[in-house]
Amino acid sequence: MRRRIEKLIFFFCLLAVWQVIYKMKIWSPFLFPSPFEVFDALRLGFGDRTFLIGVGISMRRIAIGYGISIVLGLALGLLIAMNDFLENTIGSLVLSLQSLPSICWLPLALLWFGLSEAAILFVVVMGSLLAVTINTESGVRNVPKIYMLAGRNLGANGARLFLHVLLPASLPYLISGLKQGWAFAWRSLIAGEMIYGSLGLGFLLMMGRDLNDMSQVLAVMGLIMFLGYVVDRVFFVNVERHIRSRWGFAPTS
Amino acid sequence: MSEPNDISRMTSAAFELPQFAELRQPKLRVSGVSRKFATPNGTSVIALEHISLEVRPGEFLCIVGPSGCGKSTLLSLMAGLDTPTSGEIFLDGQRVDGPGTGLSVIFQELGLFPWLTVLQNVEFGLKMKGMERAERRKRAMEFLRLVHLSSFESSYIHQLSGGMKQRVALARSLATQPDVLFMDEPFAALDAQTRDLMHEELERVWKETGQTIVFVTHNVREAVRLGDRVMLLTFRPGRVKTVFPVILERPRHLEDADLAHTAREVLAQLKEEINKAVEEEYSHAAKD
Repeated sequence: MRRRIEKLIFFFCLLAVWQVIYKMKIWSPFLFPSPFEVFDALRLGFGDRTFLIGVGISMRRIAIGYGISIVLGLALGLLIAMNDFLENTIGSLVLSLQSLPSICWLPLALLWFGLSEAAILFVVVMGSLLAVTINTESGVRNVPKIYMLAGRNLGANGARLFLHVLLPASLPYLISGLKQGWAFAWRSLIAGEMIYGSLGLGFLLMMGRDLNDMSQVLAVMGLIMFLGYVVDRVFFVNVERHIRSRWGFAPTS
Repeated sequence: MSEPNDISRMTSAAFELPQFAELRQPKLRVSGVSRKFATPNGTSVIALEHISLEVRPGEFLCIVGPSGCGKSTLLSLMAGLDTPTSGEIFLDGQRVDGPGTGLSVIFQELGLFPWLTVLQNVEFGLKMKGMERAERRKRAMEFLRLVHLSSFESSYIHQLSGGMKQRVALARSLATQPDVLFMDEPFAALDAQTRDLMHEELERVWKETGQTIVFVTHNVREAVRLGDRVMLLTFRPGRVKTVFPVILERPRHLEDADLAHTAREVLAQLKEEINKAVEEEYSHAAKD
């Protein structure tokens, strides 16, 4: 409770300082709008539904792109973890590709897919697939041997050992891969939408720039922050905490 | 010429009436088993040499020995988790050549599944056998009652104490109704009080189920407390040094004078092996 109050007071002070600086008129209001103006832009944006559509379109894209990443990443990670040859070859490729910022894939995607939805999805997939793959691989490798021993001893083999033991046993590791994958996917999507994207939040952000509308820019930035925060800090952190405590890991702060 | 032959055939046939055969047939037979391991520098270490033993149906056999004598290796071999370099192992007269559900192991780390409830853990082996949901639920509950954990059916593993986890592991293995239950130092990590309770619990469950148990431990008093026989292995290479029959009334108590007396006999011989181990360590140290 106390921590919550501290947080609340902090953010209130932040807004107050912002408002004070605005009142001091150091910069032009076009470049430095007040918190109220940003709030108005937010209200206006949702009022004429442009923000709503933007959020909807971005969410749809990330659902598809991130979904593809999860399916491919889990499969790829498992294969790499279970086969030494694949680990040595594909595994190294994945690791080296991981150092490439995902937005670097956009030129390639535009040439391959043209100015299409597929180009954006490609960037999102390339941004998050590798993180999911790498974490799945290390997750499967980290599964304590005792679970596999016990599972086999109780008669689980092949696909059932995989489904009933290996997969649930590696869940605490998989979930951190999914979380990291989400963070990468979200950043890639917004970056991709800013450079090329019809509608979507990244597009709205650039539209604010084109219209010289700093309030809209800040409002959209706030929106992107808020959505990312909700999924990352609220959804994933809680799921992770639940799984880790159930699996008997020490609680992490 | 043919007469004595016929007679001998008759007598042997008379002895092989089903109930006699049942009694004579050991549950598990280890015959001249050796196990060598290759070391990184190219030589090989003999972990077990010419081990032969029989486990009778319903028997509680304890195996003790100094650390490094290959107790756990022997258990892995008997449970089909490892293959002997030479020699053979038979379960009910059938050669053991791999892990099977007839051979259940409780490891020291237990390996209970934290993503499942207590009941689901106990059900696991039955589910893998393809038993129908309602039936396996009923059977699992029976075994949870046996270990006095029926009120914890929907708890998760992290919510249980050390002793309760042991009992879940026991129920999970027993529920599959294995031919032989192997236990590899299962109580080593427990505090003394909990261990005493687990001894009582295990003795009672063993009596109620008639389960054949092979129990590996380095704790002599534990072995004498639980076993019908205690088998002592020598230090590297592991051979059978002595088999002590423990003819003490049950339920036993660690404080019993007779038990302490038997334990002292076993311990005296174990000391010899421990001294060998220490000597070998010193000679290694002297070389370095």
